Amino acid sequence: MLNLVANNSTVTEHEAVPDRITSGPRGAKPRRTLSRRNIVVYGTLIVVALYYLLPLYVMIMTSLKGMPEIRVGNIFAPPVEITFEPWVKAWAQACTGLNCDGLSRGFWNSVRITVPSTIISIAVASINGYALANWRFKGADLFFTILIVGAFIPYQVMIYPIVIVLREMGVYGTLTGLIIVHTIFGMPILTLLFRNYFAGLPEELFKAARVDGAGFWTIYFKIMLPMSLPIFVVAMILQVTGIWNDFLFGVVFTRPEYYPMTVQLNNIVNSVQGVKEYNVNMAATLLTGLVPLTIYFISGRLFVRGIAAGAVKG
Amino acid sequence: MTSVSVRDLSLNFGAITVLDRLNLDINHGEFLVLLGSSGCGKSTLLNCIAGLLDVSEGQIFIKDRNVTWEEPKDRGIGMVFQSYALYPQMSVEKNLSFGLRVAKVPQAEIDKRVARAAEILQIQPLLKRKPAELSGGQRQRVAIGRALVRDVDVFLFDEPLSNLDAKLRSELRVEIKRLHQSLKNTMIYVTHDQIEALTLADRIAVMKSGVIQQLADPMTIYNAPENLFVAGFIGSPSMNFFRGEVAAKDGRSVVQVDGVAFDVTAYPARAKLQPGQKVVLGFRPEHVKVDETGAGDAAHQAVVDIEEPMGADNLLWLTFAGQSMSVRIAGQRRYKPGSAVRLSFDMGVASIFDAASENRL
Repeated sequence: MLNLVANNSTVTEHEAVPDRITSGPRGAKPRRTLSRRNIVVYGTLIVVALYYLLPLYVMIMTSLKGMPEIRVGNIFAPPVEITFEPWVKAWAQACTGLNCDGLSRGFWNSVRITVPSTIISIAVASINGYALANWRFKGADLFFTILIVGAFIPYQVMIYPIVIVLREMGVYGTLTGLIIVHTIFGMPILTLLFRNYFAGLPEELFKAARVDGAGFWTIYFKIMLPMSLPIFVVAMILQVTGIWNDFLFGVVFTRPEYYPMTVQLNNIVNSVQGVKEYNVNMAATLLTGLVPLTIYFISGRLFVRGIAAGAVKG
Repeated sequence: MTSVSVRDLSLNFGAITVLDRLNLDINHGEFLVLLGSSGCGKSTLLNCIAGLLDVSEGQIFIKDRNVTWEEPKDRGIGMVFQSYALYPQMSVEKNLSFGLRVAKVPQAEIDKRVARAAEILQIQPLLKRKPAELSGGQRQRVAIGRALVRDVDVFLFDEPLSNLDAKLRSELRVEIKRLHQSLKNTMIYVTHDQIEALTLADRIAVMKSGVIQQLADPMTIYNAPENLFVAGFIGSPSMNFFRGEVAAKDGRSVVQVDGVAFDVTAYPARAKLQPGQKVVLGFRPEHVKVDETGAGDAAHQAVVDIEEPMGADNLLWLTFAGQSMSVRIAGQRRYKPGSAVRLSFDMGVASIFDAASENRL
């Protein structure tokens, strides 16, 4: 009896099966665009993006307005009449301290500081890192430890001693002095960066090159350099933005005619005489920030790749 | 004339002794395999011979020239690494010629030598490719070629086949052997794979904790291992060991193992076995004969536990003398688990070790 009932039920189920196949869910699961999860995620992202972009928007708009329009007070409104006057003034005429030739002087000073500092510091640090990673010379570990400890000493502690050292060397107040300072202060972090990258390359490659008769420099230039483009890009970005944005060393170690762009910007924005020219200040700030911004845009992807490569290979 | 000679070589990393007063003479044209488990110092020894590691003590001679303080490039060696170590940004051709270009060899000579190496290794179609575009086997060929173009006296191989899959490994193994037969160079080959060692070597040096346990030709290593470690390390499945005590019985020498007596009178002992001496008996799985009835010694009764048919032969796991042992028999002879068999042992190819010193008797 019981058996029979069971049989019956299987029969009815069996008949119901084709129906379920045609009517039931099939294929990719549909996703609603306006799900609660999406609203929260994208909502947060939009709010955060606005939070960061709004100041930039205000700056660009203000820099394109004339002073009368700014005095109206609506900072979010786009300019009625677009003018590039403030940009020209910021670049060529704004007064910083004694001279009134705008930011252009500071820009070229910054270029003359950043380019050699970046090249020298990366060249020296990459060779340091290579030597530390591959040629384990006597005292290498001690040397490396000292270098790393150097990275943790606050800059402020060292300013006065460095002033004295530079003065004794006869380069205090010159661009050379500032370049030396930037090169030295970039050394710990860059050496660490390069050492870890080179240590992550297969050691057998280095051994093979030695068996092939290559020496210190041949291995560095022919084997290591061509394999290390990502880490050089990372180092370049770190150095260019770091040195370009530096303010403290620029003020302390140079004379006014050699002030980098950041210091000049400060002098323009903080000058107390006369009317506050907000449009010129905004244009000057944007001009100063343009170089790091460009670097990020151009090499952002390479930067991420270099960092990731270092992370994966240890 | 010895090709490579290592004398009293020691290497310490701080307080850790990796190699301890090691001596090794390798004849000209010989294929020597350094065999051992990881961490035994075999790769370290190879790196010392190559000059990639500075030794703490001792001397290294290559072609009767003291090269202890020489740079790797001046030692007349070529080296092949496990990870191939090809320069990734260079084409195969540039990889092969790198050493020659560093040494400022004339271009015509470089071309000639690269062409010759490419021909020997049959990699001519690959010369323009980058290493990333090659398969594992092709990469290893190029790595061998890099040693080949430098016209060296001694080839050093550091586990060159360990990164390849099983099929490719056995193919390249044959090729390396063929290469050695045609070049007749001295080759030193590091591996942890005993099959590679047994098939390739003229002589094998079995190493453990920085000491060479036995240096002999493959057949001697296999059939007459010098100590318990070598006996256990070589052979798969491993040699069967029985701990027992020597006794004299009716004028014959026997070893008593857990109530079972082995007549060892026929064993070619180096020194006479003393009654009362504690020993370890060793039999390779293929040196034991299995009979259903009759011929075997009635006392050597065993029970089949597991059968592992491998095609060509059949591996039986038996319980005998209170322990598990393996026996290799012909593939077509099959036994059901639980069936009783009789065993007979060939003392002529057995091994007997002293239980305390673990050395061969």
